[in-house]
Amino acid sequence: MKQLMGNRMNAVYLAVAIFLIILPFVYESRTLLILLTQVFIFAIFAMSYDILLGYTGIVSFGHAMFFGIGAYTVGVFMKRFEPTVPNLLLSILVTILLTALVSYVLGLLTLRLKSHFYAMLTMAVAGLFLVLAEKWRTVTYGNDGFTFRVPDMLKDRTDFYLICLVSMIAVFALLKRFTNSPLGRVLQAIRENEQRTESLGYSVLHYKVIASVVSGILAGMSGILYAISLRFVNTSVFTMDITLDALLMTIIGGVGTLVGAIIGAGLIEFAHHWLTELAKVHWIFERWIIFFGIIYILAVMFFPMGIVGTLRNIKFKGKKEKQQKAGEKIAS
Amino acid sequence: MLESLIETKDLTISFGGHTAVDSVDVQVARNQFKSIIGPNGAGKTTFFNLLSGQLTPTKGQIFFKNQEITKHSPTERTRLGIGRSFQITNVFPNLTVLENVRLAVQSQAGTRFQMLSHFKKYKQFEEKAEEWLELVFLQGKKDIPAKNLAHGEKRKLEIAMLLALNTEVLLLDEPTAGMSLEEVPAILEIIRKIKLKGDRTIVLIEHKMDMIMDLSDSVMVLFNGRLLADGAPEQIMKNETVQSAYLGGLYDDSAVKA
Repeated sequence: MKQLMGNRMNAVYLAVAIFLIILPFVYESRTLLILLTQVFIFAIFAMSYDILLGYTGIVSFGHAMFFGIGAYTVGVFMKRFEPTVPNLLLSILVTILLTALVSYVLGLLTLRLKSHFYAMLTMAVAGLFLVLAEKWRTVTYGNDGFTFRVPDMLKDRTDFYLICLVSMIAVFALLKRFTNSPLGRVLQAIRENEQRTESLGYSVLHYKVIASVVSGILAGMSGILYAISLRFVNTSVFTMDITLDALLMTIIGGVGTLVGAIIGAGLIEFAHHWLTELAKVHWIFERWIIFFGIIYILAVMFFPMGIVGTLRNIKFKGKKEKQQKAGEKIAS
Repeated sequence: MLESLIETKDLTISFGGHTAVDSVDVQVARNQFKSIIGPNGAGKTTFFNLLSGQLTPTKGQIFFKNQEITKHSPTERTRLGIGRSFQITNVFPNLTVLENVRLAVQSQAGTRFQMLSHFKKYKQFEEKAEEWLELVFLQGKKDIPAKNLAHGEKRKLEIAMLLALNTEVLLLDEPTAGMSLEEVPAILEIIRKIKLKGDRTIVLIEHKMDMIMDLSDSVMVLFNGRLLADGAPEQIMKNETVQSAYLGGLYDDSAVKA
């Protein structure tokens, strides 16, 4: 029965993936293509955040720092050196090393702290990176940022769309495996009850650091894609807004579910797009962030488990009722 | 003289001015069943927390197999072979009953950082977990989230998790606490089963005197953090200081509860 459900879900995923692959060849809308590319990039970012928030129960307010490290690394490499594929690969490697190092050190130093202190500290460290990007003008060109050229193979919007889509699917598959591994299961145990996990003989800190490194590296990857999609990078990649986007996407989509992060990313990006367009109708829509604030509050109050979590619950309840009815029939 | 597995020397912990456990010297022999009794606030659970590493003593030492473990973390102690259950039910609420136990089995098997293979690949963990669930009569509930269990069932789950760790020492903190009278015999039956196997050292905190008397090889009495007496159950029953300090208290206690 469970197996069957799993197969059905896999079939749905496959159908959606095929649909998204075919889409650019049958429906030629540049805006939609760019918007979907953005969705895929942020879905990777939101999934990486979900590893922390949804699976391990770590609240971080500084996730933008990894995103920013990725964005700036690729930007600087493409600006300083020739925009070739080997240089791009090198920048990916450097991003992996940098994000792994930062998340490892940060995790080791701060994950011993209680959750809210950790959240505050990550916010402070992300702030440091923002200041660094502003002040290290010789490399970052300060607040204004800089444009850069990208390798030829990334110039075509359709190709880049497919690259982002494939990256997202790869990250999704990888994280699905990761969260269902024995290690991933321990992460969920930590989220549920940290002290108990410890007394089962797992050293919680090691697991948290691993989660933080995996999440940091993937966030760096999404930062790389983001910078390439804009061919421009400035200090906004290090701001709180980026972290808040991830937080909103995971919570609205459903914490602790990877699909939720993807759905959340889609929803937020599309809403963002539409609301900005509505600015022509009424000026208030230009302040779309107000609406997000309201949605966020409503979501936390009424759908604390997000879209996917709520749907799952309804399904579960339905089954239970069916069973109960069946039981009553037998009894009568 | 039996070989002692756990030994405490001058074990003391104070919180501010209050000394919760006061210079306790105790030995637990291998494969023995030792009960700890004492009125509320006597420091029983605090003593347990010191043994399992949740608290660090202000003074004194703890030895396990003649090795000092005073500074070891709870994780290290579990791996050495001291497992504990908690007085307040302490499970993973949103995970299934089976998963709760499976995590314990996985830890015991030492599969800790395997992150690329699917957890279902480790079929033997699930099978082992189901065996433990059977032992505590929970096999029918394995697929429901632990938070949906009744209180008594949660206690059973707790015991199954502890057993799955396969530690030499079991520290049981009031396994029947808050349980309805009908549920108690089932838990006692499980504990008796473990004891009869004869390969575990058990330390148990309990309020219900009659229940522990026939199970215990020895009983220690704590009162205001101090070790009042330590000996065979019959001796403890006859001990006058114990009777005035603890048994008197117990009757008051039950009167209040009734």
